[in-house]
Amino acid sequence: MSITLALQLAEGAIGLALLSALVSFFPATIRRRVAMPLFTLSGLVALAAGLVTLINGGVATAQLPLGLPWLPWQVRLDVLSGFFLSIIGVVSFAVGIYAPGYVRGFEGGKDSLRVLGGFTGLFLAGMMLVVLADDAFMFMVAWELMSLSSYFLVAWHHDSAANRRAAFLYLLMAHIGGLSILLGFGVLASFGGGFTFEAMRGASLSFGWASVAFVLAFIGFGMKAGLVPLHAWLPEAHPVAPSHISALMSGVMLKVAVYGFIRFVFDLIGTVHWQWGVAVLIVGSLSAIIGVLLALMQNDLKRLLAYSSVENLGIIFIGLGLALLFLAEGHPLIATLAFVAALYHCINHALFKGLLFLGAGAILHSANERDLEKMGGLLRRMPWTGFFFLVGSISIAALPPFNGFVSEWLSFQAALQAWQLEGGVLRSIVPIVASLLALTGALVAATFVKVYGVAFLGQARCRAVRRARRVPLSMRTGQGILAFLCLLLGILPTFFIDLINAVPREILGQGLSQVSAHGWLWLTPISQQTASYGAPLVAMILFVALVLGLWLVGRGARRVRLGDAWDCGYAPPTPSMQYTGTAFVQPIRRIFGLLFQISDGVETQQDGRRRYYLQVVDRAWGLLYAPIARWVEWSSRQVVRLQSGSIRTYLGWTLATLLLLLWLVV
Amino acid sequence: MAAWGFALIQSLLYLALAPLLVGWVHKVKARLQNRRGAPIWQPYRDLYKLFAKEARMAHTASLLFRAAPYIVFVATWLAAAAIPLLSTDLPTAAMADVIVIAGLLGLARFFLALAGMDVVTAFGGMGASREMFVSALAEPAMLMAVFSLAMTAHSTNLASVVEYQLLGEPFLRPSYLFALAALVLVAIAETGRIPVDNPSTHLELTMIHEAMILEYSGRHLALMEWAAQLKLLLYAALLVNVFLPWGIAQSIRPDMLGMAFVLLVVKLALLGVALAVSETLLAKMRLFRVPAFLNLALLLALLGLMSHVILEVGA
Amino acid sequence: MNMALLSLLQQLIIVLAAAVMFSSFVLLGQVRLVAAIHAFAWQGFLVAMVTALVAASDGHGHLYFSAILTLGLKALLIPWMLHRQVRRLELDRHRESLSHPALVIMAALGLVIFSYWLVLPLVQAEMQFTRNIVAVSLAVVLIGLLMMVVRTQAVAQVLGFMSMENGLFLAAVSATAGMPLVVELGVAFDVLVAMVLFGVFFFQIRESIDSLDVDRMNRLTERTGDEP
Repeated sequence: MSITLALQLAEGAIGLALLSALVSFFPATIRRRVAMPLFTLSGLVALAAGLVTLINGGVATAQLPLGLPWLPWQVRLDVLSGFFLSIIGVVSFAVGIYAPGYVRGFEGGKDSLRVLGGFTGLFLAGMMLVVLADDAFMFMVAWELMSLSSYFLVAWHHDSAANRRAAFLYLLMAHIGGLSILLGFGVLASFGGGFTFEAMRGASLSFGWASVAFVLAFIGFGMKAGLVPLHAWLPEAHPVAPSHISALMSGVMLKVAVYGFIRFVFDLIGTVHWQWGVAVLIVGSLSAIIGVLLALMQNDLKRLLAYSSVENLGIIFIGLGLALLFLAEGHPLIATLAFVAALYHCINHALFKGLLFLGAGAILHSANERDLEKMGGLLRRMPWTGFFFLVGSISIAALPPFNGFVSEWLSFQAALQAWQLEGGVLRSIVPIVASLLALTGALVAATFVKVYGVAFLGQARCRAVRRARRVPLSMRTGQGILAFLCLLLGILPTFFIDLINAVPREILGQGLSQVSAHGWLWLTPISQQTASYGAPLVAMILFVALVLGLWLVGRGARRVRLGDAWDCGYAPPTPSMQYTGTAFVQPIRRIFGLLFQISDGVETQQDGRRRYYLQVVDRAWGLLYAPIARWVEWSSRQVVRLQSGSIRTYLGWTLATLLLLLWLVV
Repeated sequence: MAAWGFALIQSLLYLALAPLLVGWVHKVKARLQNRRGAPIWQPYRDLYKLFAKEARMAHTASLLFRAAPYIVFVATWLAAAAIPLLSTDLPTAAMADVIVIAGLLGLARFFLALAGMDVVTAFGGMGASREMFVSALAEPAMLMAVFSLAMTAHSTNLASVVEYQLLGEPFLRPSYLFALAALVLVAIAETGRIPVDNPSTHLELTMIHEAMILEYSGRHLALMEWAAQLKLLLYAALLVNVFLPWGIAQSIRPDMLGMAFVLLVVKLALLGVALAVSETLLAKMRLFRVPAFLNLALLLALLGLMSHVILEVGA
Repeated sequence: MNMALLSLLQQLIIVLAAAVMFSSFVLLGQVRLVAAIHAFAWQGFLVAMVTALVAASDGHGHLYFSAILTLGLKALLIPWMLHRQVRRLELDRHRESLSHPALVIMAALGLVIFSYWLVLPLVQAEMQFTRNIVAVSLAVVLIGLLMMVVRTQAVAQVLGFMSMENGLFLAAVSATAGMPLVVELGVAFDVLVAMVLFGVFFFQIRESIDSLDVDRMNRLTERTGDEP
């Protein structure tokens, strides 16, 4: 199979996605039978196209019969596009299998399923077009298609004012980001003399202009990726969409932003500078640590997952920052290692965040509950979802033998090569970043112990959760696929890194040659002396020892006697006596209190009952967003003065503007 | 293949020695408190008794509660198996470097905390919350401390780190001293010893580890206890073998191994005495003093890295 | 620089320099006055040890004298005087509440990196093993100043001041094998006189504003209207 076939497959996938959008507007019977299978198929075809590209390598280009007369839309499929195409494909495939069961819960509701299906298809097509675009014009059109269609998906439950507000905020931020990206392309285009990526690659920029382009791109793509301090929209917008859309947004759309960043900085600008690396490292570590702390404080499951996306994107950008730093300092091999770590984390995050959002959707579907403080004991009610959610939690907590650990391990290995750097300050910053990464990892584990312990273990804290029922097979299958892939990427990292290797080979001109030099059992990123991780062996020994242990210790008819829990001789424990999520994080909230705006206390309600209240607010609102909002309001009040109501005044302004413009032109 | 066989033997040795270390610490502590104390093989008897007893479980507990002891035990054991005890010729050390060891301990802790939250009592949740709180602060300190070793030895593989130490003449490194101090503090916090946690308390205000395993009994409790003992030995072996590696066998030869074993027992016994003395002298801290304790560990670890970068590598 | 190329004595000097840096952090983070004075005494002791070892390894005889002077003055006399004053002022159970100790420590770590960056060109100019210690001593000076900024207790501020002096001394020893003896003696007596003056000063402050919390001194401002 060749690369041109892969491009045809990719175009086919886009066509299928558009077709699924179209079919959604057909009558309900057809829509139900055809739309989602088309979506699933589109995901599968995209995955195939991406895998073929990764295996074969090479570049294929084509022109679409669209666009401006002098600038027809160029599509180009290379290894980087192929990699992200496969991420889009695999998550969409699982989501497509999951969605019919989930969407059935909305049948007969107020919100139109046609709109949902239609924009879902458009959204997928938009994302695929972004990674295939080969000129700035098409890139921006596809980017806006992605942003706008996801806006409609966020605003789908538009009854509640909070949702409309979240969607508006999302739209606003997406456009500020889009503007920034557009300006970044503008800088490159003016130096390269054309809007095609080919021309931009040829542009030679001074350090100053390159930095301007870099900063614009970093702001634009970073905003989409939800990096601190531009993250505040993300936890508002992602949770209010239907859960399978949240999975797509958090799992896939954020990766498209990462794709844009990589394409812009590593491919189009080309020569990189260490200052950029430091900037990306600092922003990445701040996102990781602030993201996870805010995630830990949340009690709304989907909001928590959204904040955790901020954290994971932070980890990805730490990897990219290390890659920039090492590349600029002349250590391409270590840069490649950091780059591969970032890419590996991209897949991982797509898989486990998709899985966790689908799990949250399953809980929402069967218990209609998002508030952790009301859940409990769900493992008994929904064993499969509980099991898959556990897999997702272990993966995201970066614990072996699952996939999250592999990318964390690779990031640490890259950071540990800091001794090769020339500058002493850089050499001391990188280990500090590594320590922040370690802190992040430990806090993520705490977060997901809280989530899993409160939601799935113990006993239900409200009626709806106590009566939660199993979700349909299709939903379980969708989660199962992602859970299986989480395990697979965790125990066979050498295979997948060999696949990913094609990307740095093309972008950075070098791959990790040593990764599987000692056989597929050993992951040796630099050399066997430096570090090795026998992931399959660890997984195998864990499994064998577990089975042996169960057989030796728990064999035969040694049953367990059941009784009541120990109650210290007082009243028997009730579900309300369990530790709540709020209580669980209290120690951490107390010592990291500086990072949040916390207001808590005891208030007496009208009925005379006393109640403890606690509100934890993201400081970004007070420090960044509120001042900007105030400034915008102030300046709009100034502009309002122009609106006097007299038509002659308006005409006077028009005349003045016209004169000014003519003067400028001449 | 011989190396793998030896790795298996060494991991079994970990299992065998773990209760002994705890028994020794208890014995020394009792002596320091003018008591005669239980014999040092008492922990073996306790384990035997618990394995023989019937297991009892709250009816509100889920399947995870039953599976957790096995996972905790196996993950801790595998982590231990990757730390050189007698010889540095250890394939398991190549399989799981120090980051994987931290990850495996994290896996054990994850399930331990989840098991604590499974039964409908406040104790378990409290213990889980505190355990995750303490470990969240201890883990960066531990990784930083090990990183300053790894950056010196240019390897995260513990066997290579130890071999690097043995290479050439012994020399003083400020980063090693800082890392050692940091690792001691982390080890105290992670193994739940005084002043962070008290393994012999059952008072709800003070316990961390005990609170999580309060609902366990019989063989489940035995596995949890054994895993905790294993963790103590694991950290002890990490400290003595990485910082004072002299005597460890660099290849699998009977004479070297015998020598290594004798020296190891001596080193561990001394470490046990030190632990017992410090536990006798110190009082347990309030929970919210623990962050200061672990921040000190993190500070030491970071200073270790700094002094590696500034003083040792230089320009 | 490769540690293995240095002699054991030189390695010991580096280890002790690192310990001086650590003692600065202890001083910064210690909230109990008496313990802080002890930490200061240890720092003086370590500086004296470094001086003596530099003397031994480089063969500068007069540094031995400096070492003994430092030991006597910084490790014994001044701590003793401070201790006595603290007892007479009944502050020996005093605990200061630092707001955000972790932030202060992080700032101090930042200072370490910063001073390393400052010293870097110097280090590259001449490859001598003591040059790296200059970075450490600069960090000690800066941390001493930081301590004076964040502490509100006058005695703690004096400790910060004194540890700055320790840092300067360490820098002199490591960079140029010590200052001329006359200068050194002068500095030593300056410090001693300063210490005596501080002692008088403590009592004066205490009598006039009834506390040793220097934040209370904002009452001395001539601006009116914001009287507490």
